[in-house]
Amino acid sequence: MTSEPQPLEIGRPEIRGDAAAKATGRELFSADIYPDNLVWAGAARSGIPHGRLVSLDVSAALAVPGVIKVLTAGDVPGPNRHGIIHKDMPVLVDDVVRHSGDALALVLAESREALKLAIPLVNAVIEPLPALFDPESSLADDAPRLHADKENNLLMAAEIRTGDAPAAFAECDAVVEGEFATPVQAHVFLETENGTAQREEDGGISMTVSTQSPFRDRLEVGHALGIPYDRFRITSPSLGGGFGGKDGATVQCLLALAALHSDGRPVRMQWDREENLAAGYRRHGCRMRYRLGAKRDGALHAVECDLIYDTGAYAHLGGEVMELGMEHAGGPYRIPHTLIRGRCVYTNNPVAGAMRAFGVCQVTFAFESTMDLLAEKLGMDPLELRLANALVEGDTNCAGVRLVTSTGVLGCLEILRDHPFRQERGEWQRQAPPGTRRGVGLATVFNAAGYGGGVRDSAIAKVELCPDGKITVHNAVSDMGQGNSSAFLQMAGHILGQEASSLILRQPDTVTAYPSGSSSAGRTTYTYGNALIKACEDLKARIINRAGLLLFVDSDKDLRLVPGKVIHPPSSREVPLDRLASFMPYEDRVCISQYVAPVCEEVPDTATGFFIGFPHVIFAYGAHLARVQVDLSTGVIRVLDYLAATDGGRVINPAMFDQQVHGGVGQGLGYALTEDLVTHEGRVMSKDLGTYLIPGALDVPDIVSIPYHNNENTGPFGMKGIGEVAMNGPLPAIANAVADACGIRLRNAPLTPSRVLKAVMQGNRLKAED
Amino acid sequence: MIHPVSRILRVLQPSAFSLKFSFFIERNIVKLTFELNGNMMEIDTPDDRRVVDLLREDLGLTGTKEGCGTGECGACTILVDGESRLSCLMVAAQLEGTRVTTVEGLELSREGIEIRRAFAEEGAVQCGFCTPGMEMAALALLLGGPERSRERIREGLSGNLCRCTGYVKIVDAVVKAMERVHRAQGE
Repeated sequence: MTSEPQPLEIGRPEIRGDAAAKATGRELFSADIYPDNLVWAGAARSGIPHGRLVSLDVSAALAVPGVIKVLTAGDVPGPNRHGIIHKDMPVLVDDVVRHSGDALALVLAESREALKLAIPLVNAVIEPLPALFDPESSLADDAPRLHADKENNLLMAAEIRTGDAPAAFAECDAVVEGEFATPVQAHVFLETENGTAQREEDGGISMTVSTQSPFRDRLEVGHALGIPYDRFRITSPSLGGGFGGKDGATVQCLLALAALHSDGRPVRMQWDREENLAAGYRRHGCRMRYRLGAKRDGALHAVECDLIYDTGAYAHLGGEVMELGMEHAGGPYRIPHTLIRGRCVYTNNPVAGAMRAFGVCQVTFAFESTMDLLAEKLGMDPLELRLANALVEGDTNCAGVRLVTSTGVLGCLEILRDHPFRQERGEWQRQAPPGTRRGVGLATVFNAAGYGGGVRDSAIAKVELCPDGKITVHNAVSDMGQGNSSAFLQMAGHILGQEASSLILRQPDTVTAYPSGSSSAGRTTYTYGNALIKACEDLKARIINRAGLLLFVDSDKDLRLVPGKVIHPPSSREVPLDRLASFMPYEDRVCISQYVAPVCEEVPDTATGFFIGFPHVIFAYGAHLARVQVDLSTGVIRVLDYLAATDGGRVINPAMFDQQVHGGVGQGLGYALTEDLVTHEGRVMSKDLGTYLIPGALDVPDIVSIPYHNNENTGPFGMKGIGEVAMNGPLPAIANAVADACGIRLRNAPLTPSRVLKAVMQGNRLKAED
Repeated sequence: MIHPVSRILRVLQPSAFSLKFSFFIERNIVKLTFELNGNMMEIDTPDDRRVVDLLREDLGLTGTKEGCGTGECGACTILVDGESRLSCLMVAAQLEGTRVTTVEGLELSREGIEIRRAFAEEGAVQCGFCTPGMEMAALALLLGGPERSRERIREGLSGNLCRCTGYVKIVDAVVKAMERVHRAQGE
């Protein structure tokens, strides 16, 4: 135990600022807030995927003891439409039901027991309409239109074209093709969608919600209900997970509606796991067709692909998901000729929205599998093929964008090359127990951070010297577990020279903090962090200057800001921070600063059909290696070892860096092996976590995470966001490892035992020219 | 008229629990006596009230979480008479005469204190929602006997889902807690 005060420092594995409260169970999540005199709200949902709402009879529901009101579309003020960009989702259905989770009525009751009894009694007469459950059906000429203004049920059709790919294939010495499919994945954050809302005496509405975007929520809910956005006060405490599924209104519109009808009483909505799986957002399922060509020496020459994303009943961020996938569709490699086509298609499946590594983990499976097919055809080692083509700064990527920021993919691949997992793989493979086969597989990954072109990626940081001498950081970007709030405390402590016990973080509150965008896109530590650095430097200068005034020192140069006080060593004078604060009015103790992330300076003329997002300029990179053991009689794939090398720029906190890599790989393992949110005729078949399987402690090996030490010049202290990149590795790495182990090429994810067995028994071998 | 779901008759030792009220339809109200985190409790409650709701809503102990309601995720794990149990699958009547420990009671044992400390120090906490249940499962492991391998620890935690950490640092934390407890016992 040291008596010397120890300020927080960048680069050290400081214990997260929120760890103690969470470890003792004292941290209050949105789910933990139960105001007195509560009203419970719950939605009655359609249950059928497509139909016209003819009538709604709520009398039976209303008659249940404890039910206060049952609201329908007629009770929704304003346009009754919400969405992040496209305002196409009804708060309560007024005409057409488009997916089985569409909300028809909102029940307000004194207890959850009453809700459970009343909701099934809401009697809806719905005239079924022909429904579409896969994009191919939706695109057919005679398919019904799910949205009047969207021909062929296309939310977006887009293309990225560099060089002349169709012609360039004739110049290739080796060409491979493949078709791939990835499943719908659920986020399965442990804290389900929930919040509380109350109408205040002045008529405004205050809400506490588990949300990734408290500031934007005001706009989304305000638009839907016809209420000015500044009448809302929204706070977002620590989230029990988000992963994109709480980006965009989930409970917010319904909660606000309930608050308008609860006679001033606070309202609470909490989705149970079944409702979360049935009505929550999810990852887009995707079908992909790829063609890749190279020269004899392994230099990639041309890639052509067709991507179809199933966006479900409403737009959410479907176009932007596809845009990001298309920007990554050629992998982190030099390829002079690319033709990337994408279609984002409506169906009557539940709504696909944002999920970690959106758009990208689909194409990464296809592309990295195709790379291994190419390596096989060329007779090249898969790692050598990747090393030969990996992008470096100054190259042009598959979207035609010249890379002007840190590009560490080569360094990550070299870490793989030199690691014992790879070096000693031959011996390891030979030790496969009887009845099993062992294999090693690689994948190179990358993932853009930030919003990209056409959207200003901005954050405003506010930091305050409090009357008690402590420093408060007014966070504005939700912490969903990634630890951005801890990183902010570490940055503030580092700049202001204060210890952890003197630093307070206040989670986002739209009244006391400033709009800073959503917690998404791997942007929060980067963008808010950059703003915070400036605000802290301003505050430091001001504290020192004010101390100088108090201490009768005529220049700032010998004053030092240290834990708890400002000191002047030449004269031995000092002033404690609480005493200093008592001389400063509020405005003087607060510093506010904005940061806007860089955009692409030379936008190439290679893309058509996108709305926003194209192009991105900052990418995290990685290289993953999986060592698997396949049981030939059960088809079960066990991942024995996993190595992830990651370029995240400078490592601010090594422990938190590893946390993101481990977590991304863990979620990626589920995507690879067991997760498939199956729908049948538009209804989700999984009602619980017994049938939707996410990895448990026995399913994830001891992941080895190695940072590639780099520096991103534009990033706060040189970092860039790595919240998403690791997610992309497991599926292709394992598919490639299974090919190495058993000689089978799996093209449909998840890589379930039955798919493995079928392929093994058929002696399936996808030849390079198939 | 609003009636309390559970009414605390007496708390035999001083503590600071708050009452949450809610309307009830016809329920069979029973009087229960049990020990909770070292305090003797006497409460009136519907016999079929889920224990997770009793803890969180009626007694204000929101450390125990609900992640699935069907016994798959382990976020609701508590100890009942030293064994780990899923509070979302228990009803109040089952608590009669038992000794219950929740995450709020981790401070009462050496093992609990080391677990909390290790989870925080080893980076085993990200969003924190699985953490209470995970720590209670770890406590059951530690109370169950001598040191165990990483594989055995993983087995002991296999009923607790985490979506954020990939489990690696959670296993590290349990190993560290075990080592510290073992060392303290050796002294």
